[in-house]
Amino acid sequence: MDIESLLERLLAGERAAISEALNLVDDQRSEQREWALELLDRLSAQEAATRAHVVGLTGAPGAGKSSLLNALVESLREASSRVGIIAVDPSSQRSGGALLGDRMRLSASAREAGVFLRSMAARDRLGGLADATRASTVVLCASFDWVFIETVGIGQSECEVAQLVDSLVFVAQPGAGDTLQFMKAGILELPDIFVVNKADTGAVADRTRTELGGALQLAEASATPGWKPPLLSASARDRTGIEEVQTQIEAHAEATRASGDFARRRKEGQLAFATESLLRRYGEWGLAQIGGTHEIGRRLERAEGRSAFGIVLDLGREIEAALGQG
Amino acid sequence: MSSPTTPDRPWLIRTYSGHSSAAASNALYRSNLAKGQTGLSVAFDLPTQTGYDSDHPLARGEVGKVGVPICHIDDMQTLFEEIPLDRMNTSMTINATAAWLLALYVAAAERQGATPDQLQGTTQNDIIKEYLSRGTYVFPPEASIRLTSDLIAFTVGEIPKWNPINICSYHLQEAGATPVQEIAFAMANAVTVLDTVRDRDDMAADVLPRVFGRISFFLNAGIRFVEETCKCRAMTQLWEEIGRERYGIDDAKMLRFRYGVQVNSLGLSEAQPENNIVRIALEALGVTLSKKARTRSLQLPAWNEAMGLPRPWDQQLALRTQQILALETDLLQYPDIFDGSHVIEARTAELVEEAKDELNKILEMGGAVNAVENAYMKQALVESHTLRIRAIEAGEQTVVGVNRFEETVDSPLVEQGDDAILKVDDSAEREQIERLDAFRSKRNDAEAEAALRAVEDAAVNGQNILPSSIRAAQAGVTTGEWSDTLRRLFGEYRAPTGVGAARVASQSESLEAIQSRVEQVSEALGRRLKILVGKPGLDGHSNGAEQIAVKARDVGMEVVYDGIRLTPEEIVQSARDEGVHVIGLSILSGSHVVLVTEVLEGLQKEGLENLPVVVGGIIPEDDAARLAEAGVRRVYTPKDFDLSRIMNEIVELVGDLAR
Repeated sequence: MDIESLLERLLAGERAAISEALNLVDDQRSEQREWALELLDRLSAQEAATRAHVVGLTGAPGAGKSSLLNALVESLREASSRVGIIAVDPSSQRSGGALLGDRMRLSASAREAGVFLRSMAARDRLGGLADATRASTVVLCASFDWVFIETVGIGQSECEVAQLVDSLVFVAQPGAGDTLQFMKAGILELPDIFVVNKADTGAVADRTRTELGGALQLAEASATPGWKPPLLSASARDRTGIEEVQTQIEAHAEATRASGDFARRRKEGQLAFATESLLRRYGEWGLAQIGGTHEIGRRLERAEGRSAFGIVLDLGREIEAALGQG
Repeated sequence: MSSPTTPDRPWLIRTYSGHSSAAASNALYRSNLAKGQTGLSVAFDLPTQTGYDSDHPLARGEVGKVGVPICHIDDMQTLFEEIPLDRMNTSMTINATAAWLLALYVAAAERQGATPDQLQGTTQNDIIKEYLSRGTYVFPPEASIRLTSDLIAFTVGEIPKWNPINICSYHLQEAGATPVQEIAFAMANAVTVLDTVRDRDDMAADVLPRVFGRISFFLNAGIRFVEETCKCRAMTQLWEEIGRERYGIDDAKMLRFRYGVQVNSLGLSEAQPENNIVRIALEALGVTLSKKARTRSLQLPAWNEAMGLPRPWDQQLALRTQQILALETDLLQYPDIFDGSHVIEARTAELVEEAKDELNKILEMGGAVNAVENAYMKQALVESHTLRIRAIEAGEQTVVGVNRFEETVDSPLVEQGDDAILKVDDSAEREQIERLDAFRSKRNDAEAEAALRAVEDAAVNGQNILPSSIRAAQAGVTTGEWSDTLRRLFGEYRAPTGVGAARVASQSESLEAIQSRVEQVSEALGRRLKILVGKPGLDGHSNGAEQIAVKARDVGMEVVYDGIRLTPEEIVQSARDEGVHVIGLSILSGSHVVLVTEVLEGLQKEGLENLPVVVGGIIPEDDAARLAEAGVRRVYTPKDFDLSRIMNEIVELVGDLAR
């Protein structure tokens, strides 16, 4: 496989290359996996990797995430921004199959050249994120200004998404009582922006907004210094409040970058990725061979141009060598 | 009262028809009327139903296929040439663009010298079931219901003999509805529409009983004709109850449940198709046996519908079946033959109770529009349909000639191969576009433009859309222009698919076998087998595609369900962006050759010529051969009911390429 040429085509924005790269980073075969890590390592070193902003969109099923995203994309397109989307849907635990329905809701104007959507199945991950989500995000960052990850939130998955994105938007469904669930899960401090969708439902939406507002008063402050998570109302149906959501996302992007929070989040994300990736492939025992999570952290600290992907590749080889000796 | 009396007047005898062009359809109508048909039922082509002129890119391959193309007043005039509209009863299967087609009808009638108050007929005008099953919606629900309500309010005053809406449970049964779902969803739909009309500013309270009285229904009748009889009786009861309790109506005449029927197509088979002749006759019993709940008009499908468009001879047989039932048998000579039947009464009461529960559930959600938007009804239908297909596959539900008694001698009826169906001449589309061009060049553009602006104003200002639409029809505005104007104002809509939440099949040996093949092939591929399922063209009958999508998930594939009304370019784009291993396309409108060829060409352009494409639909043998030649790997038709076999073949197909 010619990683060099794929990289070139990717950076030139060739659409077919984006798709090929996404296929590659999802490939579980050993050889392909190494190529993928190589490609991702090279991509991470590009200026584009930190220029693009990654936004997570999460919320209960039926909260209207797709419709909201669709409206947001249309709004971003008006400003000629290029938007990449990864939509994650759950897999059937029994058959491993999945119905990925989001493409359906993409309106015609969102199906144009400046927009790219890849649907992924969560596979065996309980948290609702696909293994390859992070890698796919890196691929999309090379070609798009904004990368959205849309996923069903059921509490714990918020933690996982939060580790993956630069800004997290929680979409609340009026009247669904998920605020309470959210509070119970103790993760009300994770989202950077709260949106009560379906504002067109009137009183129900207002009540949810009030509830959520009350709960937020009690919650911890946001992880981004100087940032107070705004509570917004929007209606994807009536196209109201969309602009404000966009403005707040942009504002958070600025705040998180200015405060250094952006770099911190990405670093934490890289550590999480490297650890999970090695654990999944080599298990606890394998990880212990190279000194465990501590060693991963140490390598990331003195990375010298090597990204988490490159380090996974290096450590993987070291573990395999250790296994070979053992 | 038990001896035979003077027979009742038979129901309206119709055949759903229209194809190629206004002139060709007119000839067909006149010949059907000469054979004793007593009303007309107009089938429009998909571009007309979805508001596109025949020369629109999305209309390619679809013009004149499933019905007649009507772009402007001249087309409408030609369609009814020498058919006096002041005396004809015309039913038009038109929904999203119903207000426009009625406007054209009124304008064409006027050219014949007929006034609106003389016109009799029906506009289907039921948008809810379009979102749920039939797929020819255009605008979002709120705007659509407003147009529906405009048409109703207008006709009640101006065209008093018109049935402004036909609430359809027909398509719900085709989409898999159980009798209870058919009753409840249709009633929920009717209540939502009636509430909207009632709450209009221009609706006087004393008009509501007349509105209620003009609401008619369009039912389906399946092969279980005893239960179907009970269903019709149940609906009669429930409708009266709703009229009295919800709308305070007590005029018995207004409370009468009036309905037309097309019997079931879902149960017709491609295998041993002559069996369908018997099925159709039996299905007609369910809606005619009980006098108290007898249909007002009946359309029977052609026996060979699952194979392609019926010929005039096939339509004649459908017509004769009705005539024999109405005129040869003694059915119409008796009062209701079920009065006093405990069995029928008990089953009817059961259906009423269950349907009421379901109806209340939907009303608690805020009505049918909400139950469309939150996919509640759609999910229920997809699930019922999935259960039905599983029962047939497992042999729990008998379909003679399909899953039992499959052995057969060759049928002399289908010996002629593709001559046994009607084929729309490929020149129909070109000729229609030529006529459209000629029409546009001779009309007064300024006048048409001004009329169009008046339609826009009415839409913006909340005035009834009909008066300005009729003037636009007279001024030479086209179907596409009228629809585009409203599309710009109202936006377009994509309805929820309901497949996502479909319950997972219970494990079985055959399912496990396919699942493990999927695992193997996925391992060889490096990632899980991913399939794109979608419908190119304007055909919105998504039931088949949805069942394929659900089954593919159940065997372990990752399924991108791309929904309906896709251009070939969109399908190619989805396939590439999503990184799928195989594409499954479903087309029922007869436009498969054009659309599939374009998909294949698009894939080639993208360097994806190795991506296997399989196609399902109503595809005649000759066309199947053409598609295979063009590169399609498998073609499935209605006789391929065994979804497990289809899945096995798809897995093998991808497996071969992975090797």
